[in-house]
Amino acid sequence: MTKKKDITNETYMQTVLRRFRAHRLAKISLVVFVVLCAAALLAPVIAPYDPDEIVGAFSAPPSREFLLGTDQIGRDVFSRLLYATRVSLLVGVLATLISTVIGVVLGLIAGYFGGVADMILMRFTDMVMSFPYILLVLVAAAIFRPGLWSIILILGFVDWPGVARLVRGNVLSLRETNFVKGNLVAGMPLRHILFSEILPNTVAPILVYATSVMALSMLDEAALSFLGMGVQPPTASLGNMLNGAQSITVLTKQPWLWLPPGILIVVLVISINFIGDALRDALDPSGGK
Amino acid sequence: MTKYILKRILIAIPVLIGITVIDYAIMCLAGSPLEMLQGPRISEAAVEAKAIALGLDQPFYVQYFVWLGQLLQGNLGYSIKNYQPVGEMIASHLGPTLLLMGVSLVVSILLAVPAGIYSAIHQYSKGDYTVVTLSFLGSSIPGFFLAMLLIYLFTVKLGWLPSGGMTTLGTNGGFLDVAVHMVMPVIVLAVSMAGTNIRYIRSAVLEILQQDYLRTARAKGIGRFLVINKHALRNALIPIVTVIGMEIPVLFGGSIIVEEVFSWPGLGLMTMTAITNRDYPVIMGVCLLSAVVVLVGNLITDILYAVADPTIQLQ
Repeated sequence: MTKKKDITNETYMQTVLRRFRAHRLAKISLVVFVVLCAAALLAPVIAPYDPDEIVGAFSAPPSREFLLGTDQIGRDVFSRLLYATRVSLLVGVLATLISTVIGVVLGLIAGYFGGVADMILMRFTDMVMSFPYILLVLVAAAIFRPGLWSIILILGFVDWPGVARLVRGNVLSLRETNFVKGNLVAGMPLRHILFSEILPNTVAPILVYATSVMALSMLDEAALSFLGMGVQPPTASLGNMLNGAQSITVLTKQPWLWLPPGILIVVLVISINFIGDALRDALDPSGGK
Repeated sequence: MTKYILKRILIAIPVLIGITVIDYAIMCLAGSPLEMLQGPRISEAAVEAKAIALGLDQPFYVQYFVWLGQLLQGNLGYSIKNYQPVGEMIASHLGPTLLLMGVSLVVSILLAVPAGIYSAIHQYSKGDYTVVTLSFLGSSIPGFFLAMLLIYLFTVKLGWLPSGGMTTLGTNGGFLDVAVHMVMPVIVLAVSMAGTNIRYIRSAVLEILQQDYLRTARAKGIGRFLVINKHALRNALIPIVTVIGMEIPVLFGGSIIVEEVFSWPGLGLMTMTAITNRDYPVIMGVCLLSAVVVLVGNLITDILYAVADPTIQLQ
């Protein structure tokens, strides 16, 4: 038995922190995620070689000189991996940011004003959601020139319907609460009611949802780059490093070329998912404990 | 009941019209079909004549209605690459995809439903933690990476399974041959779907287990088996129906990548080829088809809700 702490007077943040710590896998995930992020940010310092430069023999196996070997044209896999993590995290964060902002704005409008605006926006959301997500992304990637920034924009502009629905639902119920009605009676400006009263009260579910959007965007970036429609070489991304493994020699004889980026994607995505799961429990106001 | 279904269908109609508008708009954005005509050998006048013949001189909305009229007659246009009608191309590739999707759906439900219910009933046990962790792993592993791992293990190392295709080359492929080719694609699709669904079903069942009617059922002393199998499962049908509804778009998307990796000769592989060739009539035909299927799937889900939960009709 751990010693009991007095939790009657703790603040909301303390409660959240305590609940988050209770989720053992999330604690480990957070450490792993922070370490990987730091490694990605410090890539120019850590990386032993220039990621785009040919520094050794073709497809050399891992050695002391090249920790994870070299790729088909003699670039250092470890250095490329660091830079690829950077690119993949960048895509995940920015795409999530764009789609969350779009979703929040549309959801606020639909939920608060209701009526015709709500109906049009929600039917539009239904339409976008009807197209299979990855198909829409692939079509957009086919129309626009593939590249890092177009991938970020495409993922950001396709991924908002879920957030919009979530925010709309929360706004609908918040609109009926007494503190919002009180603001209305007091004649507060609309901007204040929407952004200072309603939005802060729906931040927790948005944050939780955003973690899953980020995990999905990183998976989609990997899939797109794997298919050759995402981040273009020579820029390394975790997906396009796997692209080479479609050749049978790489798959059978050179596992150092495709196992590390694949495992890294899984580790990154699963740690984001665990962190999101712990946040869901920790931020839930009705969670008890 | 009839009123509820009619209402659902009426809501779906504007969405369907919107889907065709988006589809058509993307196709226009992608470029004019005249582009493939242009070349040094073709005069300006000939291109213009072709534009008039194709109706491209008409305003946008007129063109849309002409296209919609063709669509209603089942004409989806012609492939830019091989000049085949898109409708026929889709029809000839649909079979293998439906087979793959159907089997994957069944397998994923057979995995997710028992695992989710087990996990909820034994909440916070070792088994529950294992199931939840595995389900996170399932939804975090990219399909193509899992596919590569499976090919490496079962084809390269063990030599048990073929790495791609639907039948062995040179044979007509009996039932067993197709089944062997299907094992890996089905695993990849089913694992990614089951990963998300296990947690969904688990939390839905957890919520049901806390309901008052279950406490009553327990208090009656009818025993754990009857409480769970008679009272809880009947109510767990709704989340299960939701899960099946949610899986339809995932299946369509997932099958593109899985078919590409395993060269499964279905709609996904055809779409991927069309995408690399920028064959827009084919791409948009597939988009339209899948959007309509998803819409109809949602409609059926809504109707099944009403069957599973009679109180929904009143709302």
